[in-house]
Amino acid sequence: MGAYVARRFLLLPLVAFGVTVLIFALLQLVSPEQRAALFVTDVKQLAQLSNVIRKYGLDQPVYVQYGMWLQELAHGDLGWSQTARMPTSEAIAAFFPATLELTIYIFVPVVLIGVWLGTQAAVHKDRFVDHFSRLFAISLRGMPSFVWGLILLMVFYGWLNWFPPGRLSLEADLFTKSPQFHSYTHLLTVDALLNGQGWIFVDAIKHIAGPALTLVLVEMALLVRITRSSMLEVLRQDYVRTGRAKGLAEPVVINRHARRNALIPIITLSSLLFVGLLGGVVLAETIFNFPGIGKWGAEAAVQLDIPGVTGFAIFVAGLTVLGNLAADVLYAAIDPRIRLG
Amino acid sequence: MTDLRQGASGAVLAASLAARPEVGGEGYWQIAWRRFKKHRVAIVGASVILLFMATAVFAPFLTRYEFDQIDLYRRKAVPSFSHPLGTDELGHDVFTRLLYAGRISLTVGFTAALTAAVLGTLVGGISGFYGRWLDNVLMRVTDVMFSIPALPVLIVLARYMGGSVLGIVLVLSVFAWMGTARLVRGDMLRLRTQDFADAARALGASDARILFRHLVPNALAPVLVAGTLTVGGAILSEAGLSFLGIGIQPPTPSWGNMLQNAQDFIWTTPWLAVWPGAMIFLTVLSFNFLGDGLRDALDPRLKV
Repeated sequence: MGAYVARRFLLLPLVAFGVTVLIFALLQLVSPEQRAALFVTDVKQLAQLSNVIRKYGLDQPVYVQYGMWLQELAHGDLGWSQTARMPTSEAIAAFFPATLELTIYIFVPVVLIGVWLGTQAAVHKDRFVDHFSRLFAISLRGMPSFVWGLILLMVFYGWLNWFPPGRLSLEADLFTKSPQFHSYTHLLTVDALLNGQGWIFVDAIKHIAGPALTLVLVEMALLVRITRSSMLEVLRQDYVRTGRAKGLAEPVVINRHARRNALIPIITLSSLLFVGLLGGVVLAETIFNFPGIGKWGAEAAVQLDIPGVTGFAIFVAGLTVLGNLAADVLYAAIDPRIRLG
Repeated sequence: MTDLRQGASGAVLAASLAARPEVGGEGYWQIAWRRFKKHRVAIVGASVILLFMATAVFAPFLTRYEFDQIDLYRRKAVPSFSHPLGTDELGHDVFTRLLYAGRISLTVGFTAALTAAVLGTLVGGISGFYGRWLDNVLMRVTDVMFSIPALPVLIVLARYMGGSVLGIVLVLSVFAWMGTARLVRGDMLRLRTQDFADAARALGASDARILFRHLVPNALAPVLVAGTLTVGGAILSEAGLSFLGIGIQPPTPSWGNMLQNAQDFIWTTPWLAVWPGAMIFLTVLSFNFLGDGLRDALDPRLKV
């Protein structure tokens, strides 16, 4: 396990270098004048852009600029985001909790229902549940999340008016910004309960349901398939037959003996899913106008808010890289073949 | 030389059919075709793809309108005889735009997948063939590229290089070659030690000849499968980026930007969103099915 994990950690600086170089290289596609304009606070300065370019070192060789940029990055100084109308680092802090909350409300149902449905499909192979789960997985596999999201928006907002877009209704939003409401975690549903405000909890859930449902169904399809094939493989093994031959009750065989070993690929996939979701909610957030980090990132990209989109990419990339590393370590920790090998 | 190459495909055939009963006289591709035909969903997928390709290629003959021809007197018209799928908010004929958008989407998908396949085969082939430090360097680069989260970087990339078909293709290829590289490298490690490779070397063939004439052709099956799935993935990514407004820019139609456009009128003319949505869904699904069928036909043990 030591060697495996060590190799993963050794890769980390390389990945960090790769990500920063890639994003920095992209910044070079914008002319020095345009980048200099980002530092301008007074219209008069526009007349002397060449001074600004010199002052901020934008005429230096590329590797010097890269070094300077890394230093700024290390200090969390990511510049002013026009789309968020605040410093980029503050914008990330402001938008991230909403995305994290949404991610949790996608992740938990996906894993619980996905693993349950996958197990049922494997245990009742070639029966109704199995066919249903396969049909479900196939029909959602090619479904782009944005097409699916639009359909849900039309049905659940346009037609039934159950799940409105946004993050809170107006009254609830005003109340959460009032001094009576304490933000402990910045996760609205949790804060609402901690404040004893049931109606805000319900309001927040209603707003989160649309984007959450979009991604729950799309992401679950894969987990069901993996759980099914993993369970089928384990159920074929001798020790399961031994368990049954000993006369153990079927639920004990399935839930205690078989599923435990089948969980290894499922846990790996789930941790990757969680990390992937954090960045992948961009489309769902945009469709449901859910003010998370993904919607802001997409907006920043469309409006060419350079500091905003750079900060978004660096933040999500960093989170993903660290999350993937955690998934690898977790995988090594639970799989005895790697732990002991 | 021809004898050797037959020997090469024979070796793979024997390897892939080791557990099977005697199959008389058929070549590798004939066997693959026979297996592929049994995969009904894959046949349906292939037919849908061929149909969409044909409608995209022959678009000018299938419609009386230009894709950028506006008609302000017939805006957001419901489907009728003259406009089979209706018109959008500028009076564009939606059917025409769907056909021309298919050209863009399929071009992006195929070109990106082809570029990624060539790049992946090159990297994987060289990596597995030469081994040692070169293998180490190339595989670490592959690892790093795998670890870089595609979406945020894609968004930035597409913003600066997007708008054009070529830009989008480049952007998508950059993040699509790694899987192929790993597959090909694995095959190379196995193939390079086999007798036919030694025989070619003994005959004085150059490294490049051994690699590209003898080894790579034997590793093409997984590349084909991965490539097919990449086409679907690339079409989906293009549609997603265009939907966000950072992919293909109007007036050039793409299914993604048609959908984005339709989003603004979703309450008044929902059918405008239905057509491009359905096209994306059907195309991506068809490529997935085709990929599954090819995988089962070419190598049932393969998992891409």
